[in-house]
Amino acid sequence: MSERASVPKEAEETESETEQEPVTTGAQSVIRALENAGTDYVFGVQGGAIMPVYDALYDSDINHVTMAHEQGASHAADAYGVVTGDPGVCFATSGPGATNLVTGIADANMDSDPVIALTGQVPTEFVGNDAFQETDTVGITQPITKESYFAADSDTVGDDVSEAFALADAGRQGPTLVDLPKDVTQGETEVEPGRPETPETYEVPEEADDGNVQEAAEALAEADRPVILSGGGVIKANASNALREFAMEYDIPVITTMPGIGSFPEDHELSLEWAGMHGTGYANMAISNTDCMLAIGTRFDDRLTGGVDSFAPDAEVIHVDIDPAEISKNVYADYPLIGDAREVLRQLFDAMPRAPDADEWRDQCQTWKDEYPMDYDTPDDEPLKPQYVVEQFSEMTPDDTIVCTGVGQHQMWASQFWEYTEPRTWVSSHGLGTMGYGVPAAIGAKLAAPDQEVVCFDGDGSFLMTVQGLSVAVREQLDITYVVLNNEAVGMVRQWQDGFYEGRRMASEYPWIPQFDKLAEAFGARGFTLESYENVEETIQEARDYDGPSVIDAHIDPGENVFPMVPSGGDNGQFALNEDQLDMI
Amino acid sequence: MPGPAPDERMRPKGRRNMQGIRVDPEAEVTHEPRQAVLSALVKHRPGVLSEVSALFSRRQFNIESLTVGPTVDDDTARMTILIEEPEPGIDQAKKQLRKLVPVISVRELEGEAVRRELALVKVSGEKPDDVNAVADMYDGQAVDASTDSVTVEITGSKQKIDAAIEAFKQFDVQEIVRTGAAALERGPKTLEKDV
Repeated sequence: MSERASVPKEAEETESETEQEPVTTGAQSVIRALENAGTDYVFGVQGGAIMPVYDALYDSDINHVTMAHEQGASHAADAYGVVTGDPGVCFATSGPGATNLVTGIADANMDSDPVIALTGQVPTEFVGNDAFQETDTVGITQPITKESYFAADSDTVGDDVSEAFALADAGRQGPTLVDLPKDVTQGETEVEPGRPETPETYEVPEEADDGNVQEAAEALAEADRPVILSGGGVIKANASNALREFAMEYDIPVITTMPGIGSFPEDHELSLEWAGMHGTGYANMAISNTDCMLAIGTRFDDRLTGGVDSFAPDAEVIHVDIDPAEISKNVYADYPLIGDAREVLRQLFDAMPRAPDADEWRDQCQTWKDEYPMDYDTPDDEPLKPQYVVEQFSEMTPDDTIVCTGVGQHQMWASQFWEYTEPRTWVSSHGLGTMGYGVPAAIGAKLAAPDQEVVCFDGDGSFLMTVQGLSVAVREQLDITYVVLNNEAVGMVRQWQDGFYEGRRMASEYPWIPQFDKLAEAFGARGFTLESYENVEETIQEARDYDGPSVIDAHIDPGENVFPMVPSGGDNGQFALNEDQLDMI
Repeated sequence: MPGPAPDERMRPKGRRNMQGIRVDPEAEVTHEPRQAVLSALVKHRPGVLSEVSALFSRRQFNIESLTVGPTVDDDTARMTILIEEPEPGIDQAKKQLRKLVPVISVRELEGEAVRRELALVKVSGEKPDDVNAVADMYDGQAVDASTDSVTVEITGSKQKIDAAIEAFKQFDVQEIVRTGAAALERGPKTLEKDV
């Protein structure tokens, strides 16, 4: 299992180093900094204030992917970062270019995805004058980045970019931004950028305190009902192997969070799959009843915990995180272990005095798996069920297939009914919940892992938000299969309206949307329509066989809703299995 | 979907409070807010103050005052922040503050730390001698006088300044400005070295 689908770049690096021309401008220094950091791809859109940077890119070996919209550039860079583990890079010009990037930057920030954004800015002398296409990019993005830099000088702009790159990658990953005034990039300099180094104030913890590890290991070994909660941080830290070894050695059931999908194989007997609002019944029962939780690389988001008053209320919590600010932020950590997930798992592995005595508990978890199977009806005379489409696709594809999604009901079905076994194969928008993430994310994912199959499940509402990205997939001849689970609605909103707003379907029904198969053809992609059970396999196979982007417009049962469901702020163990149960809890 | 209904399921006995801490289900536990003085060394560069103040507002930390000024090192500034939060919130504020890239170090100052605030109080100039007499009582001094007004400077603890302002009210207070607290640990301890 490879934890980082990393592109071989060391060879390229040495090669380019030998033939490097000295830099003469700030812009060349910016590009040199990206080259030094090993950048292969930049996703971006041209524009006035960023032109000097693009001009310097003209002479570089870095590949530029022109996106149809800057939001797509930031999402594609994000997905590239998720799949490779290295920062994805996006460019935009000042003003609207920069503000269009914002959604993708905020998305990366919520999911701790490594991204570096470079934005053009009006020349320094105009900053503050409300010049054409001026906006306070640093001010806007400071709250949604690890740090936003304003480049002040042509001599130091390369260092700014190097530092921003290193910072995006270090510790808890996340987005950084460098705002580049046009005079700074156009200005002359002979100063080469330094190697990527994090700022001196930025500390990256590695190993956790040994004493704390010892105490935590003893608590876990003493537990009667232990679980591991594996978050996105496990994947980010390339700790999936360490997690598997630990869980299997000590025989502890594993629950993942949604971003943690793929960190543990869902086909393993210890897997309870993922917990939270639409997680499996068995994962949520285990969360509710555990007496000791080893939580790794998770920030205890409210979609996972429901109301914290009822979250694992009998459990001692061992919290492993690289970010000290996550410890006891939402759920109190009885045993805080601050460090890199892979290092701390290794420490814990060695510190465990014995495996917990948990035969009964594992049997109980198995009973829950039998009691609450992820099931759905497939009567032949009914419209196509989305779950069936996802399941079929999952069965037809190799284990390392990458699944991207937008946000909504389709995203939940794609996470519930696809079987994930490998890290970095689930690429989605979790914390920010960005509809429209899927189309550009699939582009970034495919370029990051050209040898892996990429499928993007999307909803009709979500797909429509970034559909212009199809033009990029066509131009780049990317072999991506888009599946629109089309219920002619923003289905999750409609589901909530039916459940909590007395069925008052305000602005949630989309009978006016275009025919997506025809739209795909207009872009130059292949388009398919799917309306019944008969030709599901055949259509999926045809779309997969087509060497280029294809779109399957799957007309699904518009009445289908996502279950199980823990209502917002609810108790994990009190999930509803159907609409009627929503009224009982 | 199949499976036992919610009311047929096994349920845990415990409970957590809103801070995510396990509590005795019988006992009502609430953490009372307390005041803390956070002292932070930060990089002295543009945008740091806005970064710090934005952090406190977006994470809904309750701050009473925030002061910032240079130190002996040209590259470093020092911020003093008075915060009022229940216990977990104070710790959380410290950690979030430390996480900002331009922040070098953060410490909560102990209760007996030296805390000083400065206030300028502009009052009516009708009774300058009486104003001076009250200023004397609070170790203050008149720093500006005209036919219509006297401006007095008072330095000291928050309580002392509150009291002084109360006393000046008899002279028709026209304007007040207060700096917020600046504070340092007593003894040889500093932000960089524990003694």
